[in-house]
Amino acid sequence: MSKIIEIFSLSAGYGDDLVLKDVNLTVNDNDFIGVIGPNGGGKTTLLKVMMGLIKPYSGTITISKSSKRKNGNVFGYLPQITKIDKKFPISVLDVVISGIIPQTGENQITTKEAKLKARSLLERVGGEHLCEKIVGDLSGGQMQRVLLARAIISLPELLVLDEPDTFVDNNFERDLYELLKELNKEMAIIMVSHDLGTISSYVKTIACVNRGLHYHHSNAITEKVLESYNCPIDLIAHGDLPHRVLKEHEHVNHGE
Amino acid sequence: MENDVLGLLQYDFFRNALLAAFLSSIVCGIIGTYIVSRRLVFISGGITHSSFGGIGLAYFMGFNPIIGALIFSLLSAFGIEFLSKRSDLREDSAIGMIWTIGMALGIIFIAATPGYSPNLMTYLFGSILTVASYDLIAMLVLAIVVIFIFVFFYRTILYVAFDDEYARTRRLPVDFINYLMLSLISFAIVLNIRIVGVILLISFLTIPQVTANIFTKEFKGMLVLSVIFALLGSVVGLLVSYRFNIPSGPSIICVFVLVFLLSKLLRYLAVGLSLRRQMKNSL
Repeated sequence: MSKIIEIFSLSAGYGDDLVLKDVNLTVNDNDFIGVIGPNGGGKTTLLKVMMGLIKPYSGTITISKSSKRKNGNVFGYLPQITKIDKKFPISVLDVVISGIIPQTGENQITTKEAKLKARSLLERVGGEHLCEKIVGDLSGGQMQRVLLARAIISLPELLVLDEPDTFVDNNFERDLYELLKELNKEMAIIMVSHDLGTISSYVKTIACVNRGLHYHHSNAITEKVLESYNCPIDLIAHGDLPHRVLKEHEHVNHGE
Repeated sequence: MENDVLGLLQYDFFRNALLAAFLSSIVCGIIGTYIVSRRLVFISGGITHSSFGGIGLAYFMGFNPIIGALIFSLLSAFGIEFLSKRSDLREDSAIGMIWTIGMALGIIFIAATPGYSPNLMTYLFGSILTVASYDLIAMLVLAIVVIFIFVFFYRTILYVAFDDEYARTRRLPVDFINYLMLSLISFAIVLNIRIVGVILLISFLTIPQVTANIFTKEFKGMLVLSVIFALLGSVVGLLVSYRFNIPSGPSIICVFVLVFLLSKLLRYLAVGLSLRRQMKNSL
């Protein structure tokens, strides 16, 4: 087990809106981390800071040097699909190819090779019939497949998924999680999801992000409940306030 | 009509106008595809109108209005980008502000300039029939630069335009491409002001592209088709303007829109036909 990325005492936000405060997280090479938390709690911000898309206010992000890493490809990113302009004139193949890191010299790959690679990737995510389509024709689930293919085409060390299970039907959702389990043998995965019930049966550990970050070193919170029926459900519990149920655990006090 | 056209070709001014239409179709077709795809139409409108301030300043100070327009359009392009990214100002509000302050400054400068400004209307409404050879040379250079950049950086431009955040994770030079494109937009706008004018220019950057978008949903196809539609519209518009003795700019735009409507109709009929065939086959 070797470290891919280490986040230490990180604070980040937008303008004077402090979204993340004093966050620590280490991602190792075969991790499968599920990130949960309320809306606006900083889940997406955490992913973006990690990948260098947002500059942190303070704290450090250290990406380990790795011998197997070629041309610095650490992250394979799948953004929230609401961020994608569906009217943009671009073909599915071109979207997938855009995930290939441009290379120079001998490693340069021709457009023809890139297209072949994109086709095989689309096949892997169950989207071979989408090859000839354009982005505007895709349904939500199809779009997720295409974005996933784009995210993994360069064999990243860490797959970063922001709600890959929204706008997706139950069938694809199950396919998706099986696929991720498969991919997890080759790469670490960190995934934001609203579907706590489902993800906790696939992920290995859970990070709870709500301004701070609480790391649960197992997915055991709902394991007992869900192992018996491995199907996509949300755990629902009633109370005075809407809440999620986690197994009892110690919180590290971050001095709030 | 045929003899008319051949006769027209004897005149220098008409040959120049055709050449201008050709070059401006290449530049506007390509740059406009980027503008339409990235939804930068309103920004481009802001840049276009604010450049009028530079034209006014140039009149007032007595230098070449195109240089003035270029300074203002570059400043406003980067200003909009800067204001909307680094401050609380929303992008469309920033555009509204820069759009009108440019026009306002232009009007003030021109009012303060002693005497009558004879060519002012040219900059507002354009005049393809009076383009000078130095205009054509500048446009030729720009056309070559634009083609070169889009051929060599095609994929980078496409990926950054489609999803700039993702492009950043791929370590593509997102900021460089964004500023390069804003600069190209500014140059394209300024060099076309003489031809269609500040007020009508945005049509060259949008209508042929939207028409192209009816037939193709791919960036590359749109680039090529937009140039063709721009060329078709401007040449036909030019001939119509000559034939009926109406101003060339508005005439070209009317042809653009006519071609758009015909294309839409054609597409509508084709879709209907294909649907009917599919339904018949499934029975």
